[in-house]
Amino acid sequence: MKRIIAPLDYSRRWSLRWVIVATTVFLYAPILILIAFSFSESRRLVKIEGFTLKWYEKAMNNDQLALAFANSLTIALINTIVATALGALAAVLLWRFRFPGKPVYEGATALPIIVPEICMGVALYVFFARVGWPSDWIWPFNLSAIAAAHIAFSFPFVAMIVRARLANFNRELEESAKDLGASEWQVLHDVVIPFMKPGLIAGALLAFTLSLDDFVITFFTSGPNTVTFPIKIYSMVRFSVTPEVNAASTMLIVITLVLTALALWMQNRDKPGAEA
Amino acid sequence: MSDDAIVRIEGVTKTFAGNVTVVDRVDLRVGRGEFFALLGPSGCGKTTLLRMIAGFELPTDGRIVIDGEDMSTTPPNQRPINMVFQSYAVFPHMTVAKNVAYGLKVEGVAEAEIGPRVEEVLNLVKLKGYGARLPNQLSGGQRQRVALARALVKRPKVLLLDEPLSALDAKLREAMQLELVRLQHAVGITFIIVTHDQKEALSMADRIAVMESGKIRQLDTPERLYEYPSNRFVADFIGKMNLFEGKVVTREGARLLVDVTGLGRISVPHEDDIAVSIGVAVRPEKISLYRARPADSAITLQGIVTNLAYLGESLQIFLETESGNQLIISQTNVSRSGSGAPRKGENLWCSWQAADTLLLQD
Ligand SMILES: Nc1ncnc2c1ncn2[C@@H]1O[C@H](COP(=O)(O)OP(=O)(O)OP(=O)(O)O)[C@@H](O)[C@H]1O
Ligand SMILES: [Mg+2]
Repeated sequence: MKRIIAPLDYSRRWSLRWVIVATTVFLYAPILILIAFSFSESRRLVKIEGFTLKWYEKAMNNDQLALAFANSLTIALINTIVATALGALAAVLLWRFRFPGKPVYEGATALPIIVPEICMGVALYVFFARVGWPSDWIWPFNLSAIAAAHIAFSFPFVAMIVRARLANFNRELEESAKDLGASEWQVLHDVVIPFMKPGLIAGALLAFTLSLDDFVITFFTSGPNTVTFPIKIYSMVRFSVTPEVNAASTMLIVITLVLTALALWMQNRDKPGAEA
Repeated sequence: MSDDAIVRIEGVTKTFAGNVTVVDRVDLRVGRGEFFALLGPSGCGKTTLLRMIAGFELPTDGRIVIDGEDMSTTPPNQRPINMVFQSYAVFPHMTVAKNVAYGLKVEGVAEAEIGPRVEEVLNLVKLKGYGARLPNQLSGGQRQRVALARALVKRPKVLLLDEPLSALDAKLREAMQLELVRLQHAVGITFIIVTHDQKEALSMADRIAVMESGKIRQLDTPERLYEYPSNRFVADFIGKMNLFEGKVVTREGARLLVDVTGLGRISVPHEDDIAVSIGVAVRPEKISLYRARPADSAITLQGIVTNLAYLGESLQIFLETESGNQLIISQTNVSRSGSGAPRKGENLWCSWQAADTLLLQD
């Protein structure tokens, strides 16, 4: 007897299974190989031999790498806070108010998403050189140029995400809060911001990861004393891909995953009444 | 009556951008503790009028006086009025108890007082034990009770309800109609309800304002509106109506002599002055059917049954008279046997009392 298989009955279709396998391999094979080599005894990236943590030890004892890592985290953190706040404000502004030149402003805030990163990088490089932005302040203030650059290119993403969320806001929620006696600020704080929250968290997460792994724009805005993690890895790789680089990259992947999981967990936990 | 009015609307007009007048010089008074309904077809301006009372729209002209105070331009959060929105607008991120407590919290009511008041009002709307639930764990009817509780807990002078039952299914809607009336009696707060459902308005309200294109066409008790509609619009909008065209011939004391197309000359009791060209109307349930010509002197017509509609509690009979008039007659279903019920194609006599005849101008 011939079994009829529905088009979306994917578990019974070999072709669909193959798509799943192929895409997964395609996405994760390079990363898995990188992780595997970071535990390999051999210095050469030909064959995985034995198991060791010595590359991790080495990477962690590399002061330059540690500094680059601290720089990256600091920049990402500052960027996340500022870009999320700016993006949220821009989104609320565009959602809530009508003002002259609104379409122009709307386009202008979305532009950095479209402009090729390399162009923004060069533009920022020229800009910082032209205004003579000081780069010899003490840490972490010497990172200000990079942080500013990151904020500039990541806040439009936040604005876009938050605005998409606000588009679904039921205006009667706002009116009913006001009807119950809330002031404009109370409405914003008690009703609008809680509604925006998933968008804010998603936006913040995006801003964080955009900043943490940005190479192009950072490359043009960093100086010899303000090396970030991706830039440092790049300069190490230029000599040779060592297991030390693999170990460092693996740590970055793990940190990103942990932070993402944390953010998602927080988002779920914050749903009120979830405990009830 | 003037001192008794909790809401006084005086010459209120609302014109939106583009010169669309949505509410047109409306005057009305709503009494203390009254259950008041704004009834009218879609787009007649009911919601706009309600939103002006709540403070979400400002009148272009006229005054809104609430409990003796001119509040035409007072913002909504400072009016002693609360509203139940059509979408209920229950805060999705707050539990039922937090939703209900919200209005008290922003008002600055002491924490110790909030808890008992929330409990009390949740009992009142039969949501005891639901305090910890989130709105997405509630049915539509329960969400509406939350919206009601949230407004009632503020002990407003007036509660506004915009089509509160339109999202519920028929059975629940009927139950909630009774429930709302019970609630209103229990709390003694003035209710102003907006609806386009005439049955809803008739069954719940003490008085009803019937609106058409931004104007109030008649303001009366349900009974008066049904039995004595003052114009064609109201007569047609509320219930079913058989309508003839007529011309007033002369007045004979408290009665008018009217020539009616398809009916001949009839004499109808009518005290007030009326235009010459009028509508002559009678409700379907006021008409009786006979197999032979009835003997008394009531208004009598003969016709053929063209159609029957069985509605359960009543039977609707469609009669076509010799002069081509279509009549609807409603018979109550009193006995199960149904013997003697009219059949399609049957030739029947119908008659009604002159006192049940209505004379309507436009
Ligand atoms: N902000 C606005 N700007 C322009 N026109 C509006 C605005 N709000 C409402 N209107 C118009 O006013 C008219 C009356 O609207 P309203 O919402 O008061 O009707 P309604 O009687 O409540 O109808 P429904 O039963 O469909 O809810 C409609 O034609 C509507 O298009
Ligand atoms: Mg409406």
